[in-house]
Amino acid sequence: MNHILIDLCYAILDTVWDVLPIALIIFGFQFIILRKPIPNLKKIVTGFLLVLLGLGFFLEGLQAALFPLGKLMAYQLTNPEFIAGEHAGRILQWWDYHWVYLFAFAIGFSTTIAEPSLLAVAIKANQVSAGAIHTWGLRIAVAIGVAIGIALGVYRIISGTPLYWYIISGYVFVLIQTMFAPRMIIALAYDSGGVTTSTVTVPLVAALGLGLAGTVPGRNPLLDGFGLIAFASLFPIMSVLAYAQLSAWSNRRSQKSST
Amino acid sequence: MKSFKAVGGALFDSLRDLLPIILVIGFFQFAVLQQPIPNFGEIAVGILFVVIGLTLFVQGLNMGLFPIGESMAYAFASKGNIFWLLCFAFALGFGTTIAEPALIAVADEAANVAANGGMIASDERALESYAQGLRYTVAISVGIAIVIGVFRIVMGWPIQYLIVIGYLGVVIMTIFAPKEIIGIAYDSGGVTTSTITVPLVTALGVGLASSIEGRNPMTDGFGLIAFASLTPMIFVMGYGMLV
Repeated sequence: MNHILIDLCYAILDTVWDVLPIALIIFGFQFIILRKPIPNLKKIVTGFLLVLLGLGFFLEGLQAALFPLGKLMAYQLTNPEFIAGEHAGRILQWWDYHWVYLFAFAIGFSTTIAEPSLLAVAIKANQVSAGAIHTWGLRIAVAIGVAIGIALGVYRIISGTPLYWYIISGYVFVLIQTMFAPRMIIALAYDSGGVTTSTVTVPLVAALGLGLAGTVPGRNPLLDGFGLIAFASLFPIMSVLAYAQLSAWSNRRSQKSST
Repeated sequence: MKSFKAVGGALFDSLRDLLPIILVIGFFQFAVLQQPIPNFGEIAVGILFVVIGLTLFVQGLNMGLFPIGESMAYAFASKGNIFWLLCFAFALGFGTTIAEPALIAVADEAANVAANGGMIASDERALESYAQGLRYTVAISVGIAIVIGVFRIVMGWPIQYLIVIGYLGVVIMTIFAPKEIIGIAYDSGGVTTSTITVPLVTALGVGLASSIEGRNPMTDGFGLIAFASLTPMIFVMGYGMLV
């Protein structure tokens, strides 16, 4: 119990270290260039302290509880002995990894729902759109995108196909969707690709990628272990654009039926 | 009593956000791997910490990060000096990225890949200088991304044209970049934007778009993060070609 508290202090100190350059830039520009007093300075400083404390607790909690178990799980599920099961000795096919796909999908979805930066963007989008974009609608759309992305990324590692095929076809798909999506969602959709992968998702997904690349025959962890994050940042763009298209379409339909 | 209820509600929201992960890990541990949960007490404390942390973070977000990002956006817009605004944008992008722990981890990994592929010598000094060079490359590219993104908001250009140019840049670089670097380059786009950067940059963009006449905070205000996850891919592949 004691060592958790000590680790917590370290986690908070680490966060202070990360926030320091940001605080210096903000207050430096505020006092030297803008030369204006900050409105509600006290409240803002309190807010910064809460963010520091919150991230410290958050990171330490993840380190103590979820990361060790999740990483261990990623290695156990990708272990050839577990995958082969009763068919030990047979050459494994891509569908033998079905639990890995399910794990990739589920862990992609659930870590995205807990991602604080996505929550921040969803809150802001809800405020700016005056409630037209629901916080939960956006978060679930992004989480589905990440889930599909990581499951497909896992398939890529297992099948050994080049990463850029997927990414470039993804780009083409995004551009086609952009032509048909409602204009107001486009910038937000592009943003949602970048916000999904941070504190919670990256460590677990990286463990999954490295575990798989280390155990699938013929894969090199240094070369094939990467790329899952790229999938997790591309697919939410598609799912958010699709979410906007679907809600625009159902709005039109309900308007038609009411007139 | 009222504030007590508010705190309880906020804690409940955080617990609900965390519930899917707990369910997923529990299901795979019991049903698929069929193993007991090791050191249960520690995990319960950890989950409690995560819930407290998420609750405090959301509070701080609304009290500190969002208001300061927006008030600075208003101040820059009313001052009307675009040079300092762009300087601030670069400093924010560079400063938040250079110290990012996820980036440090990826840069070290990339140095190993490069040494393994025979692109650099595999002694410690070569590895370290490669990783450091990569970190500066990514930080500069994020700085440039925020500058481009802010400039776009000021000019009111539609985001999709700039994104198409960025995608083309990624595709062209992929053709010429050494094969070993591609996976890391693609991943580096996703890891650069941290939990503190995202709310600040979002508030800055939305604040700018709502204080400049003729801009819509929804269509013009978002999009800064999109650039920050695109330019590192191009720059890291460029770095892989040069070094």
